[in-house]
Amino acid sequence: MKEQKFWNPYLAGVGLGLTLLSAFVLMGRGLGASGALMRFDVWLLKVIAPGHTQANAYFSKYFESPLSNWLVFEVIGVMIGGFLSGALAGRLKVKTGKGPNISVKNRLILAFIGGSLIGFSARLARGCTSGLALTGGATLALGSWAFMFAVFAGAYAAAYFVRKQWI
Amino acid sequence: MAPFFKFGYFGVETGYVIALLVGISFGFWLERAGFGESRKLALQFYFEDMTVLKVMFTAIVTAMIGLMYFTLFGWIDISQVYVNPTYLGAQVVGGLIFGIGFAVGGYCPGTSVVGAVLGRIDALVFLGGALFGMFVFGELFPLLEGLYNSGYMGAAKITDWLKAPTGLIGFLVIIAAIAMFLGAEWAENKFGKEPAK
Repeated sequence: MKEQKFWNPYLAGVGLGLTLLSAFVLMGRGLGASGALMRFDVWLLKVIAPGHTQANAYFSKYFESPLSNWLVFEVIGVMIGGFLSGALAGRLKVKTGKGPNISVKNRLILAFIGGSLIGFSARLARGCTSGLALTGGATLALGSWAFMFAVFAGAYAAAYFVRKQWI
Repeated sequence: MAPFFKFGYFGVETGYVIALLVGISFGFWLERAGFGESRKLALQFYFEDMTVLKVMFTAIVTAMIGLMYFTLFGWIDISQVYVNPTYLGAQVVGGLIFGIGFAVGGYCPGTSVVGAVLGRIDALVFLGGALFGMFVFGELFPLLEGLYNSGYMGAAKITDWLKAPTGLIGFLVIIAAIAMFLGAEWAENKFGKEPAK
């Protein structure tokens, strides 16, 4: 199947915005992603080292049934929706996304480092691009807007140093 | 009256079904925008592909206008809608690190989930890194607790902070978004080389 083009970004933005609005109207809360990852992390740690996980001041907050949570179900939905959309557009393919001037191995090393920084900082900030920036952006939450500007500042500052990865 | 869950129209289990459906829509639109591809996301930071900015601010403006009108019509009790608490120190420092991670890793948490189900290896590795980073945060939590709680201002909104009416701030956000969209189109014409796939 030939890969289809992505949809117009403004159309996708309206679709995403209406999704967020429906979460506000139905549940009184917004979207999220990193919170669900955190709960999966605690579930995993609970299997590996239950005593250690329960004794930890941060993990213990999620220790009691970590996966029974709204965000966990929402992210399972994200997996289904992303997969369906990708399948319909002919975009399901095992590959590594990168620029032309970097090896797959180096790209994967940077993906892991970037992921670690994101995981760490999403916990520090109490949310990520979905749960903090997008959700709080729409409710005009002060901390969300501060976070959003800081994200763009950090990314533009770092971009020069990893340019060989992308361009 | 909305939010329906807060007014007891349905319970927690039905809420989980809604979570699944809302998530499906969320994942669908992220993928349609092209957010399963790390390179497309990252080219935002070289002014070559401004999709991240366009999608994000269109979504924020759409949901914000919806909330404002539903409040005006008396359809929603806005005091029952969650407002992220502000911890200015934690969120500015966290945001800077998050931004570095975004440029280095090419994904954020939600988009990496979409990339992973499409079969992108770098998204899977990124997710592994994210779980590791969260583990590190938890292990170092005693050391980080001061920063984590710094700059607490409660559920502060921009409108409280500037002591300005919601309608005015909403209007300014829309104007700022339109200005950014015009800038984004200009930047893509100037710096965009090829459409990133």
